[in-house]
Amino acid sequence: MPAFLERQKYLLDYTLAALLRRKTRNFGLLLVYTLLVFLFASALLLGQGLRREAAVLLQDVPEVIVQRLTAGRHDLLPVAWLDSLQRIRGVGAVQGRLWGYYYDPAVKANYTLMVAPERGLAADEILIGAALARVRQLGVGDYLGLRAANGQPLPLKITGVLESASELLSADLMLLSEAGFRALFNLPPDQYTDAVLTVRNPREARTVAEKITLALPNSRPILRAEILRTYDAVFNWREGMAFVWLGALLLAFAILAWDKAAGLSAEEKREIGILKAIGWETGDILRMKLWEGTLLSLTAFLAGYALAWWQVFHGGARLFAPVLKGWAVLYPDFRLTPTVDPRQILVLLAVTVLPYILATLIPGWRAAIADPDAVMRG
Amino acid sequence: MIQLDAVSKAFNQGQPNECRALRDIDLRLERGGITVFKGPSGSGKTTLLTLVGCLARPTAGRITLDGRLLSNLPERFLTEVRRHTFGFVFQQFNLIRGLTVLENVMLPAYPLGRPYRELLNAARDLLDRFGLGAKAASKVEWLSGGEAQRTALARALINDPAVVIADEPTANLDSALSREVLALLGELTVQGRTVFISSHDPLVFEAAQVNRVIELHDGQIVGDRRC
Repeated sequence: MPAFLERQKYLLDYTLAALLRRKTRNFGLLLVYTLLVFLFASALLLGQGLRREAAVLLQDVPEVIVQRLTAGRHDLLPVAWLDSLQRIRGVGAVQGRLWGYYYDPAVKANYTLMVAPERGLAADEILIGAALARVRQLGVGDYLGLRAANGQPLPLKITGVLESASELLSADLMLLSEAGFRALFNLPPDQYTDAVLTVRNPREARTVAEKITLALPNSRPILRAEILRTYDAVFNWREGMAFVWLGALLLAFAILAWDKAAGLSAEEKREIGILKAIGWETGDILRMKLWEGTLLSLTAFLAGYALAWWQVFHGGARLFAPVLKGWAVLYPDFRLTPTVDPRQILVLLAVTVLPYILATLIPGWRAAIADPDAVMRG
Repeated sequence: MIQLDAVSKAFNQGQPNECRALRDIDLRLERGGITVFKGPSGSGKTTLLTLVGCLARPTAGRITLDGRLLSNLPERFLTEVRRHTFGFVFQQFNLIRGLTVLENVMLPAYPLGRPYRELLNAARDLLDRFGLGAKAASKVEWLSGGEAQRTALARALINDPAVVIADEPTANLDSALSREVLALLGELTVQGRTVFISSHDPLVFEAAQVNRVIELHDGQIVGDRRC
């Protein structure tokens, strides 16, 4: 084995022995460190996983949604608009949509109601989201009683529960027929909530949106790209909230790490003096300290990241779900697709491992540059 | 071999508590034999040994080793000289607690990257020579004073240095153990090594193995006797 590698082996050997000699201190530090990496990595992995999941699901969102505005607020859209939209050059298919919200005092939750003509539901049939089914303890064949806008009860038969792969967006979703929706909200037949349309050339979507604004001045066209951006912003914001909280934790850790790593004990200083006196160079001491910092921080990093990965992708991400999934009463229950992002790992390494290594190197260097004759003086 | 010309050493220079440990020392130390630096506490003998052994630099003056000027060498080269030329035995033994006797002996050779098997054999040979073979796996904190001193001596020899510097090697030992250590140091000179000892113990500077006694007082040489 070349002398360089043999030297590194000796240094590593000595470092391991040194870490084990102060095992209570180092094990405590390792635990706190692992916990911090675990929390940080959990927030990062969950935030990123949710964004990816949302992006995949939102691929099915229509290219353009058109809303009608009255006094700057979303208003119902008259059926005549569908013809107007259809006449605009570049517009493909146009379809009116019906959707809304229903507050259920029984569970103090808002449901999202949507008409799904493609499901072929009868007027008294509905499909419900998995979270809704869970919280109301309902299954296929059961009836869900809603209170219509006219005050009359409206029993709806559950004919299916929406698949859990899409639960991120459908946790509180209820799909029903157009007749059922209009009956529930007492909505006139010539009005829709909004309209969705396809664009013949998707790259022309923005131009088509401008034409819509010109043809229907009180309309608001929303592009798919804008929806995706909004979702991204929402998750970024929520992730940011989590990081503010974690920031305080990081600060506490920084103080602890600095105290533990930076403040060399008298025993450690004495050891460095002895090593220098018996022939170790300052560089050898620094390499030994580098090994020490790397071993401890990398072990904590790997353990923390592995735990976070398991927690987010296999443990249901219970830790940060309330913050990152939203504040809904009905939380979605779904499995994120496990992924490993090298860039994210690098960021985490930079935030957690590098500062600790520096914190161990600097005091080691300070002790090592002193003349070793202090050892002779006891 | 080692030449000191007008060497001075001051601590806390320029501060109110400045202390001049050595003043204008001129000295020539030849290869071979045991040289003892004697003098009361604070006379400067340990400081002189730290300068000779490249553990510190003089404040003024020149130190040469076989004609090579040491006093202005950068730290890295000074360490290189120290590592290959000098072996140290400290008054407090300065063994690293928590490590075994064998690990302590091997420690000075780690930065050299010697093959493990070769280093292990060299360390075991030294321990056997000093009667510590059975203690190789013991933690150093379990050793008696004599055993700790012999371990320190084995450690000083692991890099096969030409010079062994022992600072008050009998300070923590009884008379029998002191004689034992002196005998071991005497054996080293038979092998062609040079031994420098600082001591104020008459048992040391009156020992038969000693070839030269240099007496210090208040940082100056006040006596130089060849035996």
